[in-house]
Amino acid sequence: MDLATLWFLLIAVLWTGYLVLEGFDFGVGMLMRPLAKDNTDRRLAINTIGPIWDGNEVWLITAIGATFAAFPHWYATLLSGFYVPLLLILVALILRGVSFEYRHKVDTPRWREGWDRCIEIGSWVPAFLWGVIFANFVRGVEIDGDMQYVGGLLAIFDPFALLGGAVTLSLFLTHGAVFLALKTAGEYQQRAVALAARLAVPSAVVTGVWVLWAQLAHSRNAWTWAVVAVVAAALVGVVAATRARREGWAFTSNAVAIGLLVVLVFGSIFPAVMPGTDPATSLTIANASASPYSLMVMSWVALFLVPVVLLYQGWTFKVFSKRLSRESIPPQPSELAAAAAGGEQAPTAP
Amino acid sequence: MEELDLARWQFGITTVYHFVFVPLTIGLATLVAIMQTIWHRTNDERWLRITRFFGKLLLVNFAIGVVTGIVQEFQFGMNWSEYSRFVGDVFGAPLAMEALAAFFVESTFLGLWIFGWEKLSRRVHLMCIWMVALSTTASAYFILAANSFMQHPVGAEWNEELGRAQLNDIGAVLTNPTTLAAFPHVITAAWLVGGTFVAGIAGWWIVRSVRRGEVEKARTIYRPAAYVGLIAIVVSGVGLAITGDQQAKVMYEQQPGKMSAAESLCVGQEAAPFSLLTLGNLNGTVGDPDACDDLVHVLSIPGLTSFLATGSFSGEESYVPGTNDVQEAFAAEFGDSYGADMQYIPNLMISYWSFRLMIGFAVVSGALALAALWTLRRGRVTDSPWFSRLCLIALPAPFLANISGWVFTEMGRQPWVVVPNIGADGDLDIRLRTADGVSTVVSAPTVLLSLVAFTLIYGALAVVWLRLLRKDVLAGVPDAAPDSPDREDTADGEGTGSAGDAAVKPLDFAY
Repeated sequence: MDLATLWFLLIAVLWTGYLVLEGFDFGVGMLMRPLAKDNTDRRLAINTIGPIWDGNEVWLITAIGATFAAFPHWYATLLSGFYVPLLLILVALILRGVSFEYRHKVDTPRWREGWDRCIEIGSWVPAFLWGVIFANFVRGVEIDGDMQYVGGLLAIFDPFALLGGAVTLSLFLTHGAVFLALKTAGEYQQRAVALAARLAVPSAVVTGVWVLWAQLAHSRNAWTWAVVAVVAAALVGVVAATRARREGWAFTSNAVAIGLLVVLVFGSIFPAVMPGTDPATSLTIANASASPYSLMVMSWVALFLVPVVLLYQGWTFKVFSKRLSRESIPPQPSELAAAAAGGEQAPTAP
Repeated sequence: MEELDLARWQFGITTVYHFVFVPLTIGLATLVAIMQTIWHRTNDERWLRITRFFGKLLLVNFAIGVVTGIVQEFQFGMNWSEYSRFVGDVFGAPLAMEALAAFFVESTFLGLWIFGWEKLSRRVHLMCIWMVALSTTASAYFILAANSFMQHPVGAEWNEELGRAQLNDIGAVLTNPTTLAAFPHVITAAWLVGGTFVAGIAGWWIVRSVRRGEVEKARTIYRPAAYVGLIAIVVSGVGLAITGDQQAKVMYEQQPGKMSAAESLCVGQEAAPFSLLTLGNLNGTVGDPDACDDLVHVLSIPGLTSFLATGSFSGEESYVPGTNDVQEAFAAEFGDSYGADMQYIPNLMISYWSFRLMIGFAVVSGALALAALWTLRRGRVTDSPWFSRLCLIALPAPFLANISGWVFTEMGRQPWVVVPNIGADGDLDIRLRTADGVSTVVSAPTVLLSLVAFTLIYGALAVVWLRLLRKDVLAGVPDAAPDSPDREDTADGEGTGSAGDAAVKPLDFAY
């Protein structure tokens, strides 16, 4: 296997890491309000991902950085061509990132409300747009002889791509619900479990339809049928496990489904990295990659560092593996004050 | 405006904005790690309280530093796709290394530090903040290696067929003399920011506490905290002078046009003076041989520019070229490619003043350090209003110095985005004008859209950042240590208990 192919695989791994890990972060962000009865519930949701969301996001930075290093043309064509959706994603990620840290800093409902909205925008927008962008890869885009994307903005949002956006959106919603079911305790967890079971079915249907469409209309490789089959099995697994209230299995199955979706995307475009609607203009592993020396240097770096990253991120997940409940969330000053006032009033109220 | 101008403004705004927060994160993370180490070693609870106070401020800053950094990773491809194609083979490597070796570490271990006060043993928890401090420093190294390649391309060869620079020696890229000069300068500058921040806030609180009658708190909490900052200022001040001098020499060798522009030195000379104030038309009519005729150097230090550039104050070896010499040499070398009218000298006014502002603002921190070391000598505290005022005035100064320094470095690089390496180790074909690096498929209105979006969001976030820092600063160091950071070491990663624990203990920290 040549190094360019290795880097194609490695970038697929980085995207898998990103979408599996941020998938539940986005899901938690989207479900923060619907699943909450009060502020404590919202904080409970946020705190399930509190220590890890930032590390999860770095998988994206690394995927983009690795694309720059290993396939400069892919990086340049993709980022300049998909300018507007990427701009929206960046704005969303900016708003979301500061929200987690700033939301709890001022103890007023209005302040929290503003940041909650930012968390929601920051979760819904990328959850949808990443799917749109990946669907564009699968379908192929208009590229000219100079490796420039010339398809325009509207072509990015055709029906196939919009359905692709619905796929990531629904998978991440389910992922978030299952994650919350796995990470919380008490009555909140019961609600998360119930919601996960309800979300699993539509996300399986939407994903199933798109996967078939992608395979029949756009895949360039027959072996991806195998991936389609396993995705289908994983989706069935999610539905079954959420019904059976086995959140551990549900989480694993959904993670597998998301991961294999990335495999399907990358598998169906191989050996292109960005297929052109005219195959002659496709960016491929051969014509978009960096030099062999550069790839070799990066391979050594990745070979040593990726396992280390997996090791300490795994350890972090273990450190914070304990379930949280409403009682885990220390009350904010205003709530303490309200409780104190309520306690004093109790005798006077019959 | 043209797309090129908009893209340049956007990169300038987003990068300057990012670099408000970055040096504070690098400097403060290191100082917080030192504070926590003192607590760990002495078991003195005062240091735990100080650590948590400044730790809070660090987190407010870290969050905004992270999100503004994400934009940078994408911006090369979005607005500068032709540049990305040209240098990606070289430039991408340090960028990817930065993500793999530094971003993962800092984001993961910061999460562990924030939420791990009770979950981790004291030793492991202390290691977490040191990992954050070290990885933010490492990240600066990698990104500076990438930037230095733009200033002085090494370790690469020109591939005629593919029309791009190709990496051929990663060791040369990572030990680029430009990087080795820039990295210590930028890191000491970050410590200056961190030190001034800690010393300024603690100093201000000393005065406030004394006036409130809490002399004991001023003496036992804020004075030691201030000293951590003051020592950082002294160390970084010395470091900045040494590394700045080294960097100037490297720069004169590699980019003579940049430094001559900084000195508004149009005609080469021996024993060139360093001008403190220059009057006249510094408006950047570069390349015009008569452009500098009406410049009047009002205040200058004889021979200092020559010393900065060459190490000699006078004599033949102290000759420094003027901008006109540089323009002529470059026009002769590259005139065939870009035509006779191409200007190779950056904007004189910006180069001249950003260089002086950089030094001038840094001196403010030095003034704070001198005043504080004298005022607080031998256990003293003070209620002096001017000291309090000086602390507040000093706070923004090192930030402004950092911005000025980067404006000088980056705008002094113009008109190049990859400056041709004129040294013996250079391949002159590896050069790219800024105008040739911009994305060709992105329209001006699209760039304007993102420029406006980022500027507005960043502007709003800056207000929030200031408001939150102010709020946390005004809260002061808490009077008692937090209830519970574990006094006894617990097993690492302990906390896999079941959901059914009878009494759930609230988290020590929750968002």
